[in-house]
Amino acid sequence: MVRLQSLLKGAAAAAFAALATALPAQVAPGNAFPSLAAAGLTGGSLPDTAGKVVFVDFWASWCAPCKASFPVYSQLNAAYAGRGLVIVAVSVDESPSAYAAFVARLRPPFATLHDSTQKLVAQVQVPTMPTSYLVDRSGKVRFMHAGFHGDQTERDLRREIEALLGEKAPSP
Amino acid sequence: MKAVRPRLLVLAALGAVAALLCGCSTAAAVRVRPWQRATLADDTMNPGRDPLGSAMMEHVYFSREAASGGMGVGGSGCGCN
Repeated sequence: MVRLQSLLKGAAAAAFAALATALPAQVAPGNAFPSLAAAGLTGGSLPDTAGKVVFVDFWASWCAPCKASFPVYSQLNAAYAGRGLVIVAVSVDESPSAYAAFVARLRPPFATLHDSTQKLVAQVQVPTMPTSYLVDRSGKVRFMHAGFHGDQTERDLRREIEALLGEKAPSP
Repeated sequence: MKAVRPRLLVLAALGAVAALLCGCSTAAAVRVRPWQRATLADDTMNPGRDPLGSAMMEHVYFSREAASGGMGVGGSGCGCN
């Protein structure tokens, strides 16, 4: 009986270990954000992010909250771009035409690139759509926002961006 | 020999369970990832996109089951936010 219990425990441990290895780790606050330059993003040139506070947003044309978020991000861009904030909105659309139509309709004033192979988003493992990350001047994720919740998200973002812009850039 | 056979059976059963769990734990088998839901979010995936058809079905349901309400949910299938 004891032997059977130990066998069952072993099988359960093996199953949990398999589950843990099958799912890649999510990028979370405290982790370094993957290189945008190495992600093979298309649809435009990547802005200079070295030593800047970077706001990376994963969106899609079929995602309604993503559409609602863009006017707010435009306001954030107007308020903070001059102080060192760079916004990079990454589309995960499988259809290039859907991505292009969305950008043409909203005409955002910040970089909107296309992760056409979904390589970056799979690496980051976003928990929902949209998900955004605030990356500090050293390249580390400091804040993550799963979903877009209107005024509440905007208030949180403004407070967090102010805090990150107030931090000194790391010495080269 | 008689003592070994049940043990082998238990081991085989456990192996099968472990293999099944491993198979089910692969990313593709568990669920569609949030960034892969374009097709689910399409309007054609919404069973309530025909208001007249929905109303008729609801009426049939009401007549047969003496129940009303609780038909359908808001939003599409992208599971956003």
